[in-house]
Order: sequence, then structure tokens, then C-alpha cells
Amino acid sequence: MSEGETAISIRNVDIVFAANPAPALKLLDEGRSREEILAATNAVLGAAGVSLEVKRGEICVLMGLSGSGKSTILRAINRLNEVSRGEILVADEGQMINVASCEAETLRRLRQRRVTMVFQQFALLPWRTVRENVGFGLELRGMTKPERDAVVDQKLAMVGLSKWADKFANELSGGMQQRVGLARAFATDADILLMDEPFSALDPLIRTKLQDELLSLQKELKKTIVFVSHDLDEALKLGNHIAIMEGGRVVQYGPPEDIILKPVNDYVREFVANVNPLNVLSAYNVMRDARDLEPAGEGWLWLDRRRTTRFRLGPDRKVVQAEAMGSAATWVATEDAGKPFPEGAHVAFWARQSTPLRHVMHAMQRDAGPVAVFDAEDHLVGAIGVRDVLGAVLRREQG
Amino acid sequence: MEEWLTAWKLPFGAWMKVVIDFIQDNFGTALDGITDVMKFIIEGTTWVFLLLPPLAMIALVAALVWWLHRKVSLTVGVTAALLLIANLGYWEALMETVSLVGYATLFSVVIGVPLGVAAGHRPWLYDTMRPVLDLMQTLPTFVYLIPTLVLFGLGVVPGIISTVIFAVPAPIRLTYLGITSVPKPLLEAGQAFGATKQQLLWKVELPSALPTIMTGINQCIMLSLSMVVIAAMVGAGGLGKPVVRALSSVNIPMGFEAGLSIVLLAIILDRVCKAPERKRGTP
Repeated sequence: MSEGETAISIRNVDIVFAANPAPALKLLDEGRSREEILAATNAVLGAAGVSLEVKRGEICVLMGLSGSGKSTILRAINRLNEVSRGEILVADEGQMINVASCEAETLRRLRQRRVTMVFQQFALLPWRTVRENVGFGLELRGMTKPERDAVVDQKLAMVGLSKWADKFANELSGGMQQRVGLARAFATDADILLMDEPFSALDPLIRTKLQDELLSLQKELKKTIVFVSHDLDEALKLGNHIAIMEGGRVVQYGPPEDIILKPVNDYVREFVANVNPLNVLSAYNVMRDARDLEPAGEGWLWLDRRRTTRFRLGPDRKVVQAEAMGSAATWVATEDAGKPFPEGAHVAFWARQSTPLRHVMHAMQRDAGPVAVFDAEDHLVGAIGVRDVLGAVLRREQG
Repeated sequence: MEEWLTAWKLPFGAWMKVVIDFIQDNFGTALDGITDVMKFIIEGTTWVFLLLPPLAMIALVAALVWWLHRKVSLTVGVTAALLLIANLGYWEALMETVSLVGYATLFSVVIGVPLGVAAGHRPWLYDTMRPVLDLMQTLPTFVYLIPTLVLFGLGVVPGIISTVIFAVPAPIRLTYLGITSVPKPLLEAGQAFGATKQQLLWKVELPSALPTIMTGINQCIMLSLSMVVIAAMVGAGGLGKPVVRALSSVNIPMGFEAGLSIVLLAIILDRVCKAPERKRGTP
């Protein structure tokens, strides 16, 4: 199994909370709203027509206000919620298993080995020690205590709780309890991790810290993570893809910068209105493509509309010569923008595609000149002018 | 009262007698067998308790209390109370009562806890059981003492059966309460990690409900103890017997001393059977 494969495929899933969902589904097909369905059948519509693909090794954040159906969908992936209609396919040893309809025995195997979960309120067993809590999943699988302890000690070390192994779970602070929750989830070595608002019960400092820890663990572990959050900053920080949900439906599904730069409707626009785009955007997101730059003859290209700076490219599209304000200039990486330069020297800055917009802006602040964008092989792929930055920050289409 | 109202009396009492007679006619031998076995077990236990001299037994109990609770005050108190009961001359009666209460509690727990668990999982079962439990706890004891007497004869067995009828609702209700109030996230954690129904019961539900179940068992012991006098009326021995005798002969000293012994035993059992304070989380 490699990255890029689909790990979870959610297809046209409707979830209705009712003993008999048929009448509610019929109303749903007639296009009735959630409120109308509730009034007519007393059934709560949890999710409607949800389709999502989650690739192996990525973090997919389900994002929305309370009641938007994000947790409902998450909990359907390990069938804590029953799916009324549609399929939820989970990759298991080369085949896709439909969790929504599989046998109890198959479901149990998936839950024990393939899909694991971290809960909002931690859900640790208070009568067990930290070590016993972390080993819980392995114990259910029937693993013996010595085998279990070896795995548990390793996972506890991973989350930095080795010293606390023999404490009872409820003697720990909230942040530490959730680390235990993480270790318990990692202990089963399941490759799909479901996280139901895992950090929202924690105070902001601890939350940020755990987010960072999760990201650094994820670099090594490369789990497929479905993460539910109502905090957009959290979603943008963690997510490779974000699904914005409203009223049980997915309104927009895409990478974070798309959500910020190309909101599909007013709901998403309003949602992202207060987000700081500098946390999300990189040079690639705001640059003008090299093909759209104005040629200045003899292999030269103007980086900006005001014609202050131009680069000359060799046949391999690498920069061979630079000129700023009419004089020869050296080209300098944006990371070095803080370093002193000789008096009177002319510089032009360049950034990688993945350089955060924030760094690009730092470089621009020096002389308001444009910043060139290079790819990993140092080919010029685009340029960023002041207007491009302002457009991105204000989230206006560039024109 | 108008005469027509009482002229056609509904024969509820007679019906009940028919039922009891039917049971006795058809299952009499089986019932006799049960009676004999139970009698043998309970009286045998008392006999074992009485093998040791009282002082040795008191020392043993004191050691046990110390081992369980590590509290000087409790250990000293229990020893003093037991010495007082022995001094009053009720040592043998005390041992009889302890085995009666012990077996009544054991039967109540063996019947009550599984029923409580079953009811906790099935709301309809609890709805069905509730009026029966109310009946068992409110029906005056003497009313069902009569049929148990008929079915099981005089002695310790009808006493213990009446005690169980009276005491078993406590563990049922409290087990039900414990099982139904297991926090939902804990159940979901169990499910999410792939627990079978059995694993969920033994590894999540019962441990979570344990403090409540223990309260139920404690209640059960106290209720059983409150039945010793009634049990004595149908021929079960123990501390109830001198109370009954004192009542019929208006013997104030005897009644007081026997009553005091019962109260002391109640306090001892309550304190000793409370779960020792462990460093343990509450759900």
C-alpha cells in the first residue's frame, strides 16, 4: 500500500437517526429540508448525500458548526453511527470493505486492526492505569500481557508519558489524558485514525502544542487521519484537505488554500472571513505564472508590471542575470532577507513555491520590489508583485 | 356498608391457596430436597464457625479487618463490639445470624446482579420487573412468610427465602442503575476498539458500575440483617430468636441485650463491607 491510494471512500451517504429511516429518506429525495423531515417523521437528518475520498497518509478535516453533521460522518466510518443509505469503503489489505453493510465479525476486525479513534472527552477508563488504558485495544484483541506491555511502553514513550504509566487515567491533566488517548489509538497500529474534536476540550496553549505534536508524529507515522473540528485555524493548520459541512451536507471539499482563495459560496466565504490567510498561503498560491510575465527582449522577463526588476533566463529556464532599478542586481533567497547587504547593492529576491507568503512579504518589505518564484530545480516558475500579495490577503480575484 | 357489595366476595385468597397447594402437591419432593440441602449448607457453615473458640475467631476477624482497611480505630471498635456480644452470651446466636445473613446476601447477589445487568440492557425487562420489585419491597413480610412456611417447613430455610425476597430488589435496582449510567463515551470507546458484547460487559460496563453495585450489596446486607427477627419467627435461629422470646415473655433485659447485639453486628458489617478506600478513579 502506498500513498496516493484511496484509504476511505464515502459514497452518497445519507444518515437518518430513526428506527425506520425509509419515510425520512423518501422526503429527502423529494428535496425537503432537514426541518421539514423532522416535523413530518420525527427523524433527525444527520447527513445527506455526502461523498468524500480520503487518500492514504493525508489528514482530512471535517469542518463545520455544531449540528453540521461532521461528527456524524466521522462516526459512521467505524459504524458508531449506522449509515441509512450509501457506502463507506475502507481499504483493508488490498480490498475495499463496505463498513456500512459488513458482517459484525468483519466490523470487529476492522475496529481492532484497521480503524482507531480518539475521543473529544478522552473516554479513558478511569479505573485503569495509563498503561492499562493504552493496552486496551490490544487486550480486546486477545494479546497477552507481556506482548502488550512492550507495545504500550513504546507508544507511551512516543507521547512522552513513560513516567506516568502507573498513574490512574483521571489523575492526569486534560492534555496528558488526551496524550493517553492518542497512545491508545496508536497502540493498535491501525492505519486509519478517526479524531472527533480531540483537542477542543483543552485550553488553547495545550491545544496548539498537541496539534504540533500530532503533525510531527504524523510525519513519521503517515496515518490516514480524519479529523473533526469546529475551529477553522485548526483545520487549516492540520488538514491536507478540508471538507466544509453545513446542514449535513459537504459544501466544499478541497485543499486549505482553495477554501481560503476560492470559497464556493457565501457560507464558506463568511466562514473563512476572519481567517488570517498568511497562515495558509504559500508563494505558489499567489504568484503570477512565468508564462504571463511580460517579456523584455533577449531572454529578459519583467517580474512586475511597473518594470522595476527583470531576470534573464538561460535556455534551461534558470536565471543567469538580474537587473533592478536599471542596475545589475544579485538574486537572494527570501530567507536571507534579514541579513545586511553592502551599501548601494541592488538585490532581487526569490522564493520557493512552498515558501510561506509571510516570508515573501518580509522580503518585499525591504524595497517593495517583486519576488521571483523558483521550483525545486531553480527554474523560474512565476513572480509575485505587491498587487498579487494584496489581492491574496484581501481575497480578491487578481486582475 | 351495603350488603350487596360484600355478598359476592371475590375469592382471591382461595385462588392463592390453590396455587400454593398445587405447588406443594406437584413439587413437594423437590422442595423438600432443596430445603434439606440448604439447611445442611447453612447449618454446616455455622458449625464450622463454632469450631474455633470465640476469642480465636475474634482475633481472626480483627486481623482480617486490619488487612482490609489498615485502620486502628475500626479494628479496635470491631474487636470491642464482638467481645461485648460474646460477653452477653450471644456468640452462638451471632454465628448463626452471620451465616444466615451471609447466605441470604450471597443468594441475593447471585440472583440480583445478573438480573440487574439483563434489565440494564433491555428497557422492556426493567419495565416488567419494576412492579414486581415494588411488590417484593412493600408487601408485608408476614404475608409471604405463610406460604414459604407451608412450602419449606419450619426452620432456617423459609427464613432465608423470605430474607432473599425482601433483600434481592436492592442489588437488582442498583446494578440496573450502575449499568444504565455507564458514560456513553466509555461504551463507544469499547465499541470503537472492537469489543465483543461480552468484553464490553466485563471490561467496561461492570467495572464502571462496580461502585454502585457495591452499594447495592451493602444495602442487601443491611436489609437481610433487618429480617433476622422475622426469620426467627419461622424457626431460623440466631440473634432474632432471643428477641422473639423476649417479646412473648415481656423480658425487657433480654430484648435489650439481643437488640443491642443486632445493632452492633449491623454496624460492624456496614463498616467492614464498605469498599476500602483505594486509590481508584470514579467514572
